[in-house]
Amino acid sequence: MKTEVLPFPARRDSPAIDQVGVEERAQRFCARSLKKETKMSALKLAVTMLDVTTLEGADSVGKVRQMCQKAMRPLPGDPSVGPAAAVCVYPRMVKTAVKAVEGSKVRVAAVATQFPSGQMRLKERLGEVKYAVGEGADEIDMVISRGQFLQGEYRAIYDEVAACKEACGEARLKVILETGELTTYDNVRFASDMSMAAGADFIKTSTGKVPIAATLPVTLVMLQAIEDFYERTGRMVGMKPAGGISNAKLALQYLVMVREVLGPKWLTNDWFRFGASSLTNDLLMQIRKQETGRYQSGDYFSQD
Amino acid sequence: MSNLGIPKTYKLFIGGKFPRTESGRILKVRGPKGEFLANASRASRKDFRNSVVAARRASGGWAKSTAYLKGQILYRIAEILDGRTDQFVNELVAHGLPENKARAEVAEAVDLLVHYAGWSDKYQALFSTVNPVASSHFNFSSPEPSGVVVIVSPTRGSLPELVSVIAPAMVGGNAVVVLAGENALTAISFAEVLATSDVPAGVVNILTGHRDELVPEFAKHMDVNAMLLCSDDAEERQGVELEAVENLKRVALQPDRPLSPSPYHILDFQEIKTTWHPVGV
Repeated sequence: MKTEVLPFPARRDSPAIDQVGVEERAQRFCARSLKKETKMSALKLAVTMLDVTTLEGADSVGKVRQMCQKAMRPLPGDPSVGPAAAVCVYPRMVKTAVKAVEGSKVRVAAVATQFPSGQMRLKERLGEVKYAVGEGADEIDMVISRGQFLQGEYRAIYDEVAACKEACGEARLKVILETGELTTYDNVRFASDMSMAAGADFIKTSTGKVPIAATLPVTLVMLQAIEDFYERTGRMVGMKPAGGISNAKLALQYLVMVREVLGPKWLTNDWFRFGASSLTNDLLMQIRKQETGRYQSGDYFSQD
Repeated sequence: MSNLGIPKTYKLFIGGKFPRTESGRILKVRGPKGEFLANASRASRKDFRNSVVAARRASGGWAKSTAYLKGQILYRIAEILDGRTDQFVNELVAHGLPENKARAEVAEAVDLLVHYAGWSDKYQALFSTVNPVASSHFNFSSPEPSGVVVIVSPTRGSLPELVSVIAPAMVGGNAVVVLAGENALTAISFAEVLATSDVPAGVVNILTGHRDELVPEFAKHMDVNAMLLCSDDAEERQGVELEAVENLKRVALQPDRPLSPSPYHILDFQEIKTTWHPVGV
């Protein structure tokens, strides 16, 4: 996919964010009630939007293979559930994952560019991207240099995103803003605008490695940035909230928000993803609950 | 009975907190002559689900805590309950009980707690065995907690009834969710005692509500390990046993009255684990 890189945007062109307004509007999405068939279809849709993730020092080949099986067939015996959108792993595990998901619709995403801190020279970080793509990754999740952003070196962020996009080649690029470290919604909005101009295919909230991860308001700010970018340029950009979305109820609130801000076009796994590790089982347990009328137990679902 | 001049709000007891029911429904509690006493919460199945989540979270830590600590905490509940005797007596009198009977009920509840506090480090010795086996193994069996136990208290729900069903499951290292009987006020006041007695949050959760609505949910829940039903209704008993089959819950059926103090009520919610330990030839 060829993506046009737009010029570096001025910070003053990003609108200021009304913190109270955004938080109240996000809160209002939580009041929607999804029941019965609607709930069931939303739960199944959420499963297909999962980036099933393992990013631990303890990841082993066996664990990654196991996770890939789960991504391909989340609920064994029920082919109407899943498959998940992708598995998300460290670059060293890409080859294992690619082999494990071969022949399925599940894509392989790799985190790169010195995930999660991004504290390394650009040259090595780009090398990591190229290595992951060379191993067969379909998608790259990069982190931006938050330290440089907070120092005001915005141009450096724009340049590193553009350089990563180029290094990705055919792979789709997700840009992790790590919103928990950007401190204000204004920063989040500008970082989103800049990443999209530099060629991001997806913008993503968090690494999942800092205490403040995805929240509804911060996701709303990013969705609005995507909406404005789409109006201005006609290019769709995807959204991936990640970290802290651990239960099905919350996941459905995100879907409601995407539907109401960006519309039904974004409600596919080409344009919306959940980055999560524990959300999968809660979605599956809710699906089983809808089918059987019994509240479920984690004892009956695989843990990895 | 109160200086506030406003009837007290009786809420649920879930995970160490006192939330209102998520459904917003109420149970009107009335005295013997039909006079209004209070609005208690009428728990929904979602409240029950939340209670099981809280109990599951608490069960691991409670099961691992030492027998000594569990005994101390049960004894502490007895102390705090004893100190609040007058409050309970007032509530029971409002419910139509003569004062001397009300005092006797509170005293009985305190005695029950002390009784089970004493068992906390003794029932293991009583129910463990060393088993003779025909190989060079040291083979022994000992009781371990079941996990999350749901309890349907006797219908009336007097204080001794409530304590007689909670204490044995609790002292055995289980986290419990209890559906109180008709006497909702006593049950929630007892929850206030629990909340101030060093009982870890979630180890005991108390719901008030309609029995016919909640009992089937108790029996169906997959994340519940065992269930105690105090009932004389053959149909209700059969319904629970049928629903409990799905995840093979252990079901204990008891008559609709207080359980007499006995370590065998502790054993009802224990799993027996047998260990084969090789010994030198």
